[in-house]
Amino acid sequence: MGVLRYVAKRLGLYLAVLFIGLTITFMLPRLMPINPVDGYIGQLQSRANGTLTSEAIAEMRTNLEQLYGLNGDIFTQYVSYLKRVVLQFDFGPSFTYYPQPVSAMILNALPWTLGLLLTATFIAWVLGNMVGLVAGYFHKKRAASVLEFLGILLYPIPYYILAVTVLLLLAYIFPIFPLSPTFPVGQMTPEKIGMIFYNSLLPGITLVLAGFGWNILSMKALAVATTEEPYVTYARLKGASNWTRMTRYVFRNALLPQVTALALSLGMVFNGALLTEMIFSYPGIGLIMRTAATGGDYNVLYGAITLSIIAVATAGLVIDLIYPLLDPRIRHK
Amino acid sequence: MSMSKDVDPIVLAVPAGPIAKSRRRGSLVWLFNPRLSIGLVILVVMGLGSMILPWFAPVDPSIQASYMRNLPVSGVHWLGTNSLGQDIFWFLVFAIRNSLALGVLVAVGVTLIATIVGLSAGYIGGRFERVVMLIVDTFITIPLLPILIILGALIRGNTSFFTVGLIIIIFGWAWDARTVRSMALSLREREFINMARFSGANTLQIITREIFPYVSAYMVVGFINVVLFAINTEATLAVIGLSKVEVPTLGSIIFWALNYNALFTGQYVWLVAPIVATVTLFLGLFLTSTGFNQAFASKRGVS
Repeated sequence: MGVLRYVAKRLGLYLAVLFIGLTITFMLPRLMPINPVDGYIGQLQSRANGTLTSEAIAEMRTNLEQLYGLNGDIFTQYVSYLKRVVLQFDFGPSFTYYPQPVSAMILNALPWTLGLLLTATFIAWVLGNMVGLVAGYFHKKRAASVLEFLGILLYPIPYYILAVTVLLLLAYIFPIFPLSPTFPVGQMTPEKIGMIFYNSLLPGITLVLAGFGWNILSMKALAVATTEEPYVTYARLKGASNWTRMTRYVFRNALLPQVTALALSLGMVFNGALLTEMIFSYPGIGLIMRTAATGGDYNVLYGAITLSIIAVATAGLVIDLIYPLLDPRIRHK
Repeated sequence: MSMSKDVDPIVLAVPAGPIAKSRRRGSLVWLFNPRLSIGLVILVVMGLGSMILPWFAPVDPSIQASYMRNLPVSGVHWLGTNSLGQDIFWFLVFAIRNSLALGVLVAVGVTLIATIVGLSAGYIGGRFERVVMLIVDTFITIPLLPILIILGALIRGNTSFFTVGLIIIIFGWAWDARTVRSMALSLREREFINMARFSGANTLQIITREIFPYVSAYMVVGFINVVLFAINTEATLAVIGLSKVEVPTLGSIIFWALNYNALFTGQYVWLVAPIVATVTLFLGLFLTSTGFNQAFASKRGVS
């Protein structure tokens, strides 16, 4: 019954994360000193040079409050908010691109973010774990510490510094890539796809570099510890080759904590991806968020953040549900 | 290696160090391994430099149009001036000072909250622990940047540099609380805790007198990691223009450089200087934290 209990526990955490996450997003604007409706009316007023009559403003306020579910007491608002977000994935129209619905904008941007993020995370994870495994397994050799040094150098560097450095090096000093990349939209032709791929390389490289250092360091530490285990010594005495011991004995066992660590660090990886998109003007969720934040487009912001919470929580859930397949101890408990 | 869920990347990232050979009582020689020494030297130089130098600044570098714009590197302006007429060298010095100050302030707050939450959850246990850990796990899972972006968009213009620090504390304590709690868990089962209990010590006494001394070494490491995290988070917000960008920080300097297209106009010093400073500072902080960890690990004989 080990698996069932494990799954039930994990599902419980998932629901709790969604619930608390959505509650935070619901409460944030209501705890703020600024009312988004006031802000929006103020914007319109200044655009119309103050020619709006007070009746028109009052009418607009009722409309907006209805639109954003600001009627009734806070509990009614909360219930209708959850119903709208969870059941219908409806965040109303965008302020800036009225009347385009927020959900459509976000769903358009989602494949961009997922494509970049998944590819980069996968490459960084595989490369980092391979380098970390070698560095950890041969940790008594001098050459291995060079590999570890690479990890130490890369790990503490923040995403934005990596992004700006990559831009500086590969677009300014060695002008291989354009300084301001363009991402064509509309009907896809082979030429356009090639251009998108080419221009996605810079943000991709940034994300791979950022994930690389962390994976090297943690895999190295795990591999060092695993190499000392008695079963590895037993394998050596049994006559298993270096390669067999490294891949079948050390790697398989060191991999498990790495999978859990990946699930736990997803939030951070996602943050980094958002930031990278903003710096490289890559048309994903991150760029939408930035434009919405600077333009005061609150509906879009709420849609994007809700989607972020759901996406990260779900990805974590999926990884944790795959875990029993890799770890026989949970399966057979 | 335990296969528990409490995988802390920083703790994991620390390889086992060699056991110090000469361990004279009262001597602190065991503490100084190469990593820690290099890290501390970087931190002391940058910390003291950024605290002392501002006294000699000719003008407040956050004031715009103090000098001619876009001056090249010269004896008067060591790193030139930027497109806002500010001296890049002095802006950078103030940026390092402000970022470090914010980092330390946030780290104090986070360590305080994380220690209280983690220790009480780990020690009291039961239903209380389950509820607390659920909240902690939620805070870890929720992506922080989107929430900070919304907050930044909502309070922009009405915020102070101090508020930014406060927000980072509110959303940044969970990781540390998790680490502290898993340490408290492993300590709870130790013999000397039972001994104290049987001797009639109450919960508060056990937490403060028996558990705290053991946890304090990790707290030094955790503290430095939070400094890293806080500087990084504020800088991230600043780079996208959602912090108090008028205040010089390691992020706001890059925000202005990107905003004025420093790369298109060829003012690469404006970007390279903060990059070099940030990488050096972060490397210093990281080496110090892992160096400490290494030293404590070899002292405890865990390696």
